[in-house]
Amino acid sequence: MTDAGSRDRPDEQEKAGLVPWLDARLPVVSAFRREYVDYRTPRNLNGLWNFGAILTVVLLVMLATGIFLAVNYTPTAAGAFASIEAIDRQLPSGWLLRSIHVTGASMFLAALYIHLFRGLYYGSYKAPREVLWLTGLVLLAMVMLTAFAGYVLPWGQMSYWGADVAGKAVDAIPGVGPWLEHFLQGGDAPGDVSLHRFFILHMVLAFAVLGVVGIHVAALHVTGSNNPLGIEPRGAGDTLPFHPYYTSKDALGLILFALLFAVVVFFLPDVVFEAENFRPANPLHTPADIEPEWYFLPFYGILQSVPSKFGGLLASVGAILVLFLVPWLDRSPIRSARFRPLYRACMGVLVVCFVLLGFVGRHHAQGGWMIAGRIAVVYYFAHFLVLLPLSARTERGIVLPDGIAGAGRRGA
Amino acid sequence: MRGGVILRFVALLGLAAPLCDMSRAAAQAGPHDRVPHQAWSFEGPLGRFDLSAVQRGYAVYAQVCSACHGMKSMTYGDLAATGLTMEQVGRIAATQQVPGGVDAQGDPVTRAATPADHFRDPFANPAAAAAANNGVAPPDQSRLALVYPGGPDRIYAVLTGYREPPAAYRPSHAGAVYNPYASGREIAMPPPLRDGQVVYTDGTPATTAQEARDVTTFLAWVAQPHLEARHRLGAQVVLYLLFLAVLAFLLKRRLWSDVH
Ligand code: HEM
Repeated sequence: MTDAGSRDRPDEQEKAGLVPWLDARLPVVSAFRREYVDYRTPRNLNGLWNFGAILTVVLLVMLATGIFLAVNYTPTAAGAFASIEAIDRQLPSGWLLRSIHVTGASMFLAALYIHLFRGLYYGSYKAPREVLWLTGLVLLAMVMLTAFAGYVLPWGQMSYWGADVAGKAVDAIPGVGPWLEHFLQGGDAPGDVSLHRFFILHMVLAFAVLGVVGIHVAALHVTGSNNPLGIEPRGAGDTLPFHPYYTSKDALGLILFALLFAVVVFFLPDVVFEAENFRPANPLHTPADIEPEWYFLPFYGILQSVPSKFGGLLASVGAILVLFLVPWLDRSPIRSARFRPLYRACMGVLVVCFVLLGFVGRHHAQGGWMIAGRIAVVYYFAHFLVLLPLSARTERGIVLPDGIAGAGRRGA
Repeated sequence: MRGGVILRFVALLGLAAPLCDMSRAAAQAGPHDRVPHQAWSFEGPLGRFDLSAVQRGYAVYAQVCSACHGMKSMTYGDLAATGLTMEQVGRIAATQQVPGGVDAQGDPVTRAATPADHFRDPFANPAAAAAANNGVAPPDQSRLALVYPGGPDRIYAVLTGYREPPAAYRPSHAGAVYNPYASGREIAMPPPLRDGQVVYTDGTPATTAQEARDVTTFLAWVAQPHLEARHRLGAQVVLYLLFLAVLAFLLKRRLWSDVH
């Protein structure tokens, strides 16, 4: 074959062997070498830059365990709960794969939030990385939908009533709400039709996420990584080849993350398994405390802090939509919060408000939580719409380092 | 830098949030007496089951509880994991009658169960279960030890907690009995256990307390049959990853030594 190939184009000097043969026709090997071996990476990336690689690996684990679960799952209201129980009890290692999948969902979203706040803090959304940021946000929305659809599948009490609450939220849209709710659910309440749709949505979105990750990473490799100083590398001295430097660093980050993952899977499953969801769905019995998974709590907190139902829905969807505008709301030419004292303080408050909103959601915005929730919602939007655009004005006479190598080493 | 530290700290807080107020479940039930804590071998991160207690607990379930409570998710074959041979499991299954389709006349018939069969349901449907029990259907016990607020401690307390009601007590509905550990200090289940009610084949004296302890252990096992395997595998995985982390750390430090 190699000979036949070279005989066609006798002028071309071709090296022998299968790999060069393939590479001349489909340059996977040289592309891999270019993008993952020689690829120049800023030399000062800290541990927060590990999370992209972590997310990619967790995504692959989710897809692998998910396929296993899907072939043993029955997407009907009558059979779903029993099929999950059978996976857990009777299938060899079923309990383990299911536990990895369920824990993986929480770990994935935790890593996603860290990844996102890293980008916000170091200004990774600014030119020329706007497309990278936008594809990331599309991923966030897709992952949240996937996680929600997945949570409905076991058809336990929380699955059912969670789907019910989501339906009621859609119902709150003026005009089309009730119609839309009926249409999406395929009935007046969650049932067979909705469960089947959630199952398909969950599977399709999960694989679509993989595709969008491809675009996300392709965009990253066009611009290269930002870094904690937020300045572009000036020369070869400011960068390192991806391998072995960042392959070894990512490997360490991945192993530490896997360690945390394993501790939850094997010793703290109660953290991710809601006991109430071990009861089969019962449309006649509303649980005392309907609560989404922890990773939705901040948005649930926003939903409940706003006095009107529709207003709450707008605010919690808006909390994500506003992130799409961030590259254009921020007028400062400086990327990293390290050199932006006001913005840096504001970021701290933002993170505190986000976590606070999670607790508000958990306590259904009752009593004092309601007040805290409203303050946090106002801050959340003011941060992006007022403080972020204005903070640029306070930044005068700031001197950025000359290059990454010269800036010396500093911590995170 | 400080910002990064704050960011990390808050991220950790977010991760830890679900760990806080986990006792909420206990708070949602009606008022009841404080449940005394019992020592169980299956507690804690390295907990394991006393399999002879689990086997005795199955005897209590089969001879007493199964008259009213189903355990749908379990198959008779699952009992092999309590340390029984497949032959013993087959014999246990054969003592139970399960629906066996219809006969030539189209009438439903029953047959002896096999290890692949799910536990026999005591009632044909939830309505029949409620009708036979003063309107309150006995809950399925497949995951009872996980979903019952208060867990095994409270199950044990309820089973051993029946006593003379205070003078002021009036049952709120027919069939209700006083029990200080039940939600609202009242329960629709009459006292199920008595001394000597169960026949233990291993010679253990069948006191009420012993029966309650064994069946609670059995229920905890049924709710988490893989607990022990999970803990054992977990210890191996964590040790392996720790070892790997040390190697990866050393490798990374070595590779980066010319950069810093
Ligand atoms: C399925 C989820 C995602 C995966 C698998 C993923 C993967 C990656 C990977 C592998 C990198 C390079 C390594 C790194 O910088 O950590 C990266 C960078 C980046 N990601 Fe994501 N990502 C995901 C979601 C998001 C989200 C939700 C956002 C936020 C909107 C986002 C924004 C970014 C940005 C701005 C960068 C460049 C950071 C920099 O160089 O400073 N990504 N992503």
